[in-house]
Amino acid sequence: MTSSSLALRLQTRRSLLRHPLVERYAPVVTMVLALMVIWYIAAVAMNWNLVRDGFEREETPYTTTHVLAGTMSAERPLLPAPHQIVSTFVDGVFGYPPLAPRSLVYHSLVTLSATLIGFAFGAIFGTLLALMIVHSRVLERSLLPWIICSQMVPIVALAPIFIVVLGAIGLTGLLPKSLISAYLCFFPVTIGMVKGFTSPDPLQLELMQTWSATPRQVLFKLRWPSAVPYLFASLKVAITISLIGAIVAELPTGAEAGIGARLLAGSYYGQTIQLWAALVAAAVLSSGLIGIVSLIERGVNRRMGAH
Amino acid sequence: MSILSEPATKLRPEHQVSPLTSVKLAHSSSPSEQPPSIDPAPKRLVVDAQDISLTFDTADGRVEALSHVSLQVAEGEFVSFIGPSGCGKTTMLRVIADLQQPSSGSLEVNGMSAANARLGRSYGYVFQAPALFPWRTIEKNLKLPLEIMGFSEAEQQQRVEHYLSLVNLTGFERKFPWQLSGGMQQRVSIARALSFDPAMLLMDEPFGALDEIVRDHLNEQLLQLWKSTEKTVLFVTHSIPEAVFLSSKIVVMSPRPGRIIDIIDCNFPRDRSLEIRETPEFLKIAQRVRTGLRAGHSYDE
Ligand SMILES: Nc1ncnc2c1ncn2[C@@H]1O[C@H](COP(=O)(O)OP(=O)(O)OP(=O)(O)O)[C@@H](O)[C@H]1O
Ligand SMILES: [Mg+2]
Repeated sequence: MTSSSLALRLQTRRSLLRHPLVERYAPVVTMVLALMVIWYIAAVAMNWNLVRDGFEREETPYTTTHVLAGTMSAERPLLPAPHQIVSTFVDGVFGYPPLAPRSLVYHSLVTLSATLIGFAFGAIFGTLLALMIVHSRVLERSLLPWIICSQMVPIVALAPIFIVVLGAIGLTGLLPKSLISAYLCFFPVTIGMVKGFTSPDPLQLELMQTWSATPRQVLFKLRWPSAVPYLFASLKVAITISLIGAIVAELPTGAEAGIGARLLAGSYYGQTIQLWAALVAAAVLSSGLIGIVSLIERGVNRRMGAH
Repeated sequence: MSILSEPATKLRPEHQVSPLTSVKLAHSSSPSEQPPSIDPAPKRLVVDAQDISLTFDTADGRVEALSHVSLQVAEGEFVSFIGPSGCGKTTMLRVIADLQQPSSGSLEVNGMSAANARLGRSYGYVFQAPALFPWRTIEKNLKLPLEIMGFSEAEQQQRVEHYLSLVNLTGFERKFPWQLSGGMQQRVSIARALSFDPAMLLMDEPFGALDEIVRDHLNEQLLQLWKSTEKTVLFVTHSIPEAVFLSSKIVVMSPRPGRIIDIIDCNFPRDRSLEIRETPEFLKIAQRVRTGLRAGHSYDE
């Protein structure tokens, strides 16, 4: 091998490292790989005693290799290995018809519908509250303490009360779940939109004044467009919170469907792999929802001349 | 026009020393010595401010932004305000525009209260900064006041074309403000203030951020506009040549407390050209403005 060909190979390798795709995804891939390694080590460590005790109870002879293999494939491990979670997740998503009670798609859809309804209610309610607060000092002083108080009560404590009370007046199923969702997610929208509605430049507000614009014109032609960046920032927070709200709302009822129900059943029967698969479903769902909000944001920004 | 018949309307006898040009000065040491205006038509008062004072209460004491200021501006005049920083030029304009309320004194704009004049959309205001709406294209920015005032779609379109060409920005309709230079943005804001054809223009250092050549060009265009439309213009500037070149009346102000120390009539023919800046008359007036400014500045030390 001549030195020049060696130099050439080094050069191609270096330019490969600088390829845009590599530059963009290398950090992410490295992070994921590092996490996987840590996870596998943790799985071995946490499941070790469990598997070894199993062999001893059954009085079968075992070697270290047997135990090691056992930590990777235990039926009810303390911490399932990533490949177990993935295969259960994939099986849950594709292994059944989408509306079968064992399908993760089915459960995700149940939770998603409560999430979306709750999100819609929460976003609209939150925006209306922000409007009222911005337009009246009196309302600001009388409403804001209550709004903040409402967020200090832990939702896990509040959810059962909500559901029992609503159940007593005949409201069950989707509606109570959406309400809890909305209850959780209106807050970031209110806070964000109060900031957004008051964000216009004083000069712009004074210009509106010199044209003697009506309050309604000031709202729609100035305050509302100025608030758009704040709107999307708070919507992204709100939609994840709304998903959490819907899942939490499924816990106390012992609902038979929904991601929350899967989590509950998983922990009840010690089905850790199923539990983790449901968690993955929740994560996928929330990233998807944020992705959709971001996509809409990008479209709106383009129309509003962002560069 | 009901305004014309109101008692506040004051007529000025032709070819005489008009009571309007000899403006009452609060602290005037040197009354106007200029020959009387030779404007032919009788003019009514657009701004009639009597003994206006405005005090700001700030955390570290009171600031007398305006102290016993009296000023009268007749229809069609071009009045420049000049003076050191902080002497209350912006405040004066804002008071006339009803963006700020005086602590004392009486003020009539167009024969009515300043608030009613604002509600009647009788002036266009150009701020020191362009203050365009970043999410609107240039065209849409120009249309904003027109939309608010309920002009028809066709009328809006026609006015956008007219006023954009007036400030030499034809072809930029679809651009967003961030795609324009600062000077271009300021021209858009001037076009925006003109777009609904107000009788009065209030301009707060509109050309402050522009280079000399663009400034000269816009000065000439503004003069052209003033000549052809007979609008009343109230114009804040820091530049003595600009003030003398543009104005029919120069108001020299002085800070702490903010007050008027001299009002200078400046009656070059309306179709003056930039060349008059070399004439002795021009230089004489400029000198007088400079003297006034110096007197004001001496308070600093
Ligand atoms: N909103 C305000 N609150 C408190 N003080 C103010 C306010 N606006 C102006 N002032 C004070 O009033 C005085 C006059 O201000 P003004 O803006 O009218 O000056 P100016 O002549 O326009 O100055 P410049 O040439 O720098 O623009 C200044 O001393 C300023 O500090
Ligand atoms: Mg100013």
